[in-house]
Amino acid sequence: MNKKYSNVVDVLTEIEDGAVIAVPGFFAAGVPRSLLRGLIKSGIKDIVLACGCGPMLGASDEMVELVENKQIKKVIDSYGLYRSATKGSSDPFEQAVKEGEIEYEVYPMGTLAEKYRAAGSGIPAFYTPTGVGSVFEETVVTNIPKNRVKKETKEINGEKFILEYALKPDVAFIHAFEGDRDGNLRYRKTSKNFNPVMAAAATLTIAEVEHLVEPGDIKPDIIDTPGIYVQRLIEAPKDEYALTID
Amino acid sequence: MKKYEGLPREMIALRASHEINDGDYVNLGIGIPTLISNWIDGREIILQSEIGMTKTGPLAFGEDVDPDLINASCQPVVELPGTAYFDIFESFNMIRGGYMDVVAMGALQVNARGDYAGWSNPSRGHDLVGNVGGSMDLCAGANKLIICMKHITQTGDLKLVEQLTYPATTKGKVNMIFTDLAVMEITSEGLLLLEMLPGLTPEDIQSVTGPKLIISPDLKEIEL
Repeated sequence: MNKKYSNVVDVLTEIEDGAVIAVPGFFAAGVPRSLLRGLIKSGIKDIVLACGCGPMLGASDEMVELVENKQIKKVIDSYGLYRSATKGSSDPFEQAVKEGEIEYEVYPMGTLAEKYRAAGSGIPAFYTPTGVGSVFEETVVTNIPKNRVKKETKEINGEKFILEYALKPDVAFIHAFEGDRDGNLRYRKTSKNFNPVMAAAATLTIAEVEHLVEPGDIKPDIIDTPGIYVQRLIEAPKDEYALTID
Repeated sequence: MKKYEGLPREMIALRASHEINDGDYVNLGIGIPTLISNWIDGREIILQSEIGMTKTGPLAFGEDVDPDLINASCQPVVELPGTAYFDIFESFNMIRGGYMDVVAMGALQVNARGDYAGWSNPSRGHDLVGNVGGSMDLCAGANKLIICMKHITQTGDLKLVEQLTYPATTKGKVNMIFTDLAVMEITSEGLLLLEMLPGLTPEDIQSVTGPKLIISPDLKEIEL
């Protein structure tokens, strides 16, 4: 099977305005920067970026362009704002959140990880202890007041848990170290993070790989994401980028 | 309120490091907790980083920097013999599933019932939203939750308070608190003062502490 596309524009065809796009990466590590630049070129609008831990702080140049082009409708994340309030005060995304122009919906990181994992494994919802005793057990945490839907809790074995729903993205952008034409992927070190769960969660999974190889070149024993989860891939050499989010 | 010259941040971290046992799997939050890693050389303490790594090594510099190898604060680190990498699902499986022996966090406020606030500072001007990261998952699963922080804020406000006024990170989970002035334990009776900075009296500590302190019969000076 050949899932390879030749360029970053073709590989994004048929993604519609309003798409929920999963963006893995933990701050600077494992962020699909080439596909994000393709997204800027594509002009797709009303995008919901479904993140895990601040990949758009790691890809800040791409984020500024997406915000200034008014392509973003909403961001879901556990850590989407700069740590420094001073830096945040000049960040177009944070300002758009303050103005209510972009929605920012927040979940604890492990809850987000589980929401993607559940979506990929056919589980519609789950109960978690994370966030009990905080605002996260009361409503959906978002800057848009009308979207603060009440949450349900349940006592199980004498303890309180919060009901959370699976989060199924329309599309996932994946960044892998190595991939073959069948879509089998392998990641390097801590750049793995949200990539495997998001690859399994999305309806359409598109991977950028630093090294494109032939089927059989990656030892079957060490494949992280089996190709069954991946529909399209492109080769994209590794970028140079800053390892800071401050 | 009188201000006392307390221990530097590094020394708060050193005192907290004595509370970790050899063989423990530990996750260190941003701020003073991260400094604990400077005091565990040669000990059998395994640092888990929620980005997806156990046996996280020290910070990397120069040619050791690998953009695919960072800790949960986005700092380049090195791996150690025995390091394991895993994805985020596996990472929070460990965290929520109760595999962290000790979790150390910074805090804006703590009360005598073991509630603490740390994830969101309302002075930033966001109504409700902020950066929660993995803090609440870490609290939910920790076998022992310790807080490392300054005793009062830079502007002299209490951080050990009767009632949290900042958004709670967790309720009833804090076990111990290490500050620049004192070591305290959360007990079912309230806040127990175990150790204090040499030269201070329990009354001095009480003067910068909101909840009424219970004075341990074994009260002693902070041992570094």
